[in-house]
Amino acid sequence: MPRYAYRPFPYRKAPELSGSGRGEAAVAIVGAGPVGLTLAIDLALHGVPSVVLDDNDVVSIGSRAICWAKRSLEIFDRLGIGEKLVEKGVTWKIGRLHHRDREVYSFDLLPEPGHKMPAFINLQQYYVEEYLVARAGEFPDLIDLRWKNRVSDVKPGRGGVELSVATPDGPYRLHADWVVACDGSRSTVRAALGLDFAGRVFEERFLICDVEMEAEFPSERWFWFEPPFHAGQSALLHKQPDNIYRIDLQLGWDTDPEAEKAPERVIPRIQAMVGERPFEIDWVSVYTFQCRRMERFVHGRVLFAGDSAHVVSPFGARGGNGGIQDADNLAWKLALVLAGEAPESLIETYDDERIPAADENILNSSRSTAFMTPKSPMEATFRKAVLELAGTEPFARRLINSGRLSTAHHYRATGLSGEDALLPGEAPLAAPGAPPVDAPLGAGSGFLSERLGGGFRALWLGDPRHASNRFECECAEAGLKALAATSPEARRRYGAEKGPAVYLFRPDQHVAARWPEAAFSAARARAALTRASGRAG
Amino acid sequence: MSGERGPGLADPDGFYAALMAAHEGLSEAESAALNARIVLLLADAAGDEAAIAAIARARATAPQEKAGR
Ligand SMILES: Cc1cc2nc3c(=O)[nH]c(=O)nc-3n(C[C@H](O)[C@H](O)[C@H](O)COP(=O)(O)OP(=O)(O)OC[C@H]3O[C@@H](n4cnc5c(N)ncnc54)[C@H](O)[C@@H]3O)c2cc1C
Repeated sequence: MPRYAYRPFPYRKAPELSGSGRGEAAVAIVGAGPVGLTLAIDLALHGVPSVVLDDNDVVSIGSRAICWAKRSLEIFDRLGIGEKLVEKGVTWKIGRLHHRDREVYSFDLLPEPGHKMPAFINLQQYYVEEYLVARAGEFPDLIDLRWKNRVSDVKPGRGGVELSVATPDGPYRLHADWVVACDGSRSTVRAALGLDFAGRVFEERFLICDVEMEAEFPSERWFWFEPPFHAGQSALLHKQPDNIYRIDLQLGWDTDPEAEKAPERVIPRIQAMVGERPFEIDWVSVYTFQCRRMERFVHGRVLFAGDSAHVVSPFGARGGNGGIQDADNLAWKLALVLAGEAPESLIETYDDERIPAADENILNSSRSTAFMTPKSPMEATFRKAVLELAGTEPFARRLINSGRLSTAHHYRATGLSGEDALLPGEAPLAAPGAPPVDAPLGAGSGFLSERLGGGFRALWLGDPRHASNRFECECAEAGLKALAATSPEARRRYGAEKGPAVYLFRPDQHVAARWPEAAFSAARARAALTRASGRAG
Repeated sequence: MSGERGPGLADPDGFYAALMAAHEGLSEAESAALNARIVLLLADAAGDEAAIAAIARARATAPQEKAGR
């Protein structure tokens, strides 16, 4: 039985059913999973009200996401719960790979210090949702969260969408200007619109088990190919809070998923892995994984985010983390459009930016899953060769694929990016379209990621001795909030060591444009702002 | 990366995926023949010294199967 105490959230009769509701919403979010909740909070921070409809009244049940990546944590930090998550979670950055009885190699996902957020934390999805729900509750005037409200039908109409909602007190209708479907991989909204969800199923079964035990395993990701305790298959061990460990065991396609869930089958498998120490099973499931995505995520006024739009196999932790970045990308665009500060066409760029991101996640997850499940004798032969060479040949270690862990997507080809006026090759990881690169701002001054906030920002980077007030004057003229960073780390990471540079950040903190300071002006800032908010035509 | 002895693979996952895709649908004999052609072409790309060294390095990596039997 799960150790986590599931407390149902209070159901309330919808105002539409007691005659007081308007039956209208600027934004209706279907699904209060991690993605829907993130979106609602982000919209609220932009002042945009939303109605969130969820068919259930508890947080995520069972063994689902545990690994939350640095970029998600930075987004959660902007929403106000990042520190709480890190405090509760198990921080890790080292992965160890084993083949049979030996360690082949280890990797460090964040070898450089000076970032506020760690490479990863492990935290059960139910805690993440619990904290998101609590945060959403801090916006009572903006977030109308309705439990046990199931969306049963969706009819796009002129200038909006008609939702049919089923509740314990009966059905009602809600007209929304925009609907964001965050209703998971079996999306009702997607089905109601008759949209496809193409992709591939991996013919393999995995036993996913959460066990509670006292153990001295370090906070690292341990992966085994063909371990002695689980012959011929693969295994993964991850530490979670509350003395819970996540164990993934590859079972093979020919196994019976129901039979494998029986305790008399599961217990010996776990014992073989963890030895004599006592443990209790918290949750067991058997999964077959898939990689799929919708062809487009924008369908008029109906938008798809998270698992409703794309699913991946979990090796790489790209599902939830990808969905959080969807919400991060969409919230500010919806807010600008609803405020009349950007044309509706800005929403199309959600497709332009998040489809390549989903493809990157699908590509990496598919390759990892394929490496784990050789589907011909030749694939098995090559994998064996890679694993055997890896002991002495460093190049072969990079061919071992037990999961390429989630990183933030760089929007390389986006039409929202403006000028890149730095010297070619300067700080390529911070070129327009890039996610923010965090840096410490100096003793006691915190981190850059804490300052970027949720609006357009101009950042001056340089030696404090070269600071002038020209930058601030140009920003004021362009109506831009101005920030400055002078720490050596910030200057190095943004290519401002030789001379000062100016960066324009979007509300999702991705880089919109950048210049050497001398080239920066209010006019150029305005041009970049026009482009980044989709007003460039 | 230190310890690398060749120009190296900038995109190891891309290479591996392309290699697996090339073998898809082949019989074991066809796969073995394809491998032979790939080895010869890679030897040409690597040059005498590296190709000969690769043979020695591959042989030196004792397959565990054999050691165990
Ligand atoms: C074994 C496993 C391990 C995983 N590990 C990781 C990991 O380590 N890291 C990671 O990032 N991701 C991981 N994932 C993926 C992650 O769980 C999902 O990507 C994530 O839950 C997607 O969030 P979501 O909000 O889009 O959808 P969901 O979490 O599925 O939420 C959808 C919500 O919509 C509601 N809903 C559905 N239909 C309706 C309707 N008709 N009306 C109203 N409400 C509705 C549901 O009740 C639910 O609350 C893992 C998944 C699995 C299965």
